[in-house]
Amino acid sequence: MAQKASAAEDRKKKSGELWKEIKKNRACYAMLAPFMLFFIVFTVIPVLMSLPMGFTDFNMVQRPKFVGLSNYATLFLSDKIFLRSIRVTLVFALLTGPVSYVLCFLLAWLINELPAKLKTVFTLVFYAPSLANVYTVWQLIFSGDMNGYLNSFLINLGIINSPVQWLTDGRYVLGATIVVQLWISLGAGFLALRAGFQNIDRSMYEAGAIEGIRTRWQELIYIVIPSMGPQLMFAAVMQIVGSFTAGTVAQNLVGFPSTDYKAHTIMTHAYDYGWVRYEMGYSAAICMVLFVVMYLLNRLISRVLSKYMD
Amino acid sequence: MATVDTVRLKASNRQAGRKIGGTAAIFIFLFILGAFMVLPIYLTVIMSIKPVEELFVFPPKLYAIRPTLDNFRDMFRALSSNRVPFSRYVFNSVWVTVSVTALQCIFSSMAAFVLAKCRFPGSKLINSIIVIALLYQSNVIYIMQYIVMARLGLIDNPLALILPSVASPMGLFLMRQSISQVPDAMIEAAKVDGAGLFRICWQVVMPNQKPALMTLIIFAFQAAWNIQTGTLVFREQYKTLPTVVTQAAASGLARAGVAMAAAVFMLVPPIVIFMLAQRQVIETMAHSGIKE
Repeated sequence: MAQKASAAEDRKKKSGELWKEIKKNRACYAMLAPFMLFFIVFTVIPVLMSLPMGFTDFNMVQRPKFVGLSNYATLFLSDKIFLRSIRVTLVFALLTGPVSYVLCFLLAWLINELPAKLKTVFTLVFYAPSLANVYTVWQLIFSGDMNGYLNSFLINLGIINSPVQWLTDGRYVLGATIVVQLWISLGAGFLALRAGFQNIDRSMYEAGAIEGIRTRWQELIYIVIPSMGPQLMFAAVMQIVGSFTAGTVAQNLVGFPSTDYKAHTIMTHAYDYGWVRYEMGYSAAICMVLFVVMYLLNRLISRVLSKYMD
Repeated sequence: MATVDTVRLKASNRQAGRKIGGTAAIFIFLFILGAFMVLPIYLTVIMSIKPVEELFVFPPKLYAIRPTLDNFRDMFRALSSNRVPFSRYVFNSVWVTVSVTALQCIFSSMAAFVLAKCRFPGSKLINSIIVIALLYQSNVIYIMQYIVMARLGLIDNPLALILPSVASPMGLFLMRQSISQVPDAMIEAAKVDGAGLFRICWQVVMPNQKPALMTLIIFAFQAAWNIQTGTLVFREQYKTLPTVVTQAAASGLARAGVAMAAAVFMLVPPIVIFMLAQRQVIETMAHSGIKE
């Protein structure tokens, strides 16, 4: 009895303390409020509403019908195209993600070594593809007839004799998609890293020079990277999202569905079921699998990065 | 004293003291890679000023033989044949873009500051929710968002284009990462001086966050400028530029050329904003005034 009473009192005391903590920090909540209001209404609530959809049969006309785990069972046991899309997504993400991440950092650093005027120009040059989002021109570059820029270029050089069907030949579909994805992938992460370089305190370099740091490489390893942790983390998250949820590039470039499902990513599969066949429940289950993969990967990367930074 | 001065001099002439060869090599490397990066965009611009008959010349040329503004004329003709004057779309887009960008910068900066530098019940939870929101992508969200907006009576309301974009988890995450680098000592010092959190945020922290803030402006502007009306707004007088420009590009006679003209036309404002913001980023000499 006594124990129970004391436990209850303990809880009461604890909640009282929590309340005091909350009251003490009310300025924090006030400053957070405008963002959180819109974030909760337009992001958190829709996300929460979408979570159970993977367990339902939902065609967007009738009310969702609860079906338990059957969507997930179908996905992993009998949907051959889904299993194929996992492989495509992994190949795609493992090829574009890390390459693009290293490229973002490397280019941001190299640009930082240039004089101020050139910095602006080169930052624009490398970021411009994410501003433009032009797929039409890539279709013309990879176009399968002799008018395609790539074909005509290679024919002129004598490397190929007849035009190659870059966008429909199963052998080249994924490759072409990867090229375009890499081209547009120097986006948010790259700019955030550029800003991060700009944020490094001059006195750090001065202190480094006093301690005998001479070359660019030493500066990079001893000064720059250790003080860029937050930006590196930001770029990593952007890269994960970008490389795993890629689908629009393939859909716009090589058509939908692509030849032999060669560029059929998980996201494309979800799009197929959601907006083409109106099986939203199944589509939500697909997206959920993808989210779990990305979440685990994010945990792993943040652990590695934080270990390295400390 | 003299030695300190020379070291200072050496340090401040960091760039000058470097081998010029290294910088030149970097320039050449970036130039070659950069040429590949801009080539497709260059081709887009070229295609937009090519007359129809030149689009299918073999071998395809990297320049226009007889440049023309016909494609742009066709695009504007398609745009102004609507019942609503063209200037109305421009106004809608500018209004949406400016309000989204401004609100996003103000709201995310304040929230990011609190989340990066204060500990209070719930702060850890909110921090991880932000990252989860970034990672969670699903088709179904759009449907749920639509349901929420319908409940709020926002469908076919011009606010439907603005309100959902105001709180971007990406913008908040960017600012939070950057503000977390501000030394705690600086904030403590301001607190000792009697400044409240709001003043610390805007007068102590944010003036040092120009690079991140300018980057956020670029992201926000770019996203807002491309907001399509989609299924949220039906009335012609509320439609934005990207919506009608896409329509025009799809209906044009020489489709490729007009589509390119539309792409070029839509690209100009984000590039202008980008240049203005980047210049601000680069002019900042990071100096927090306090060393850790």
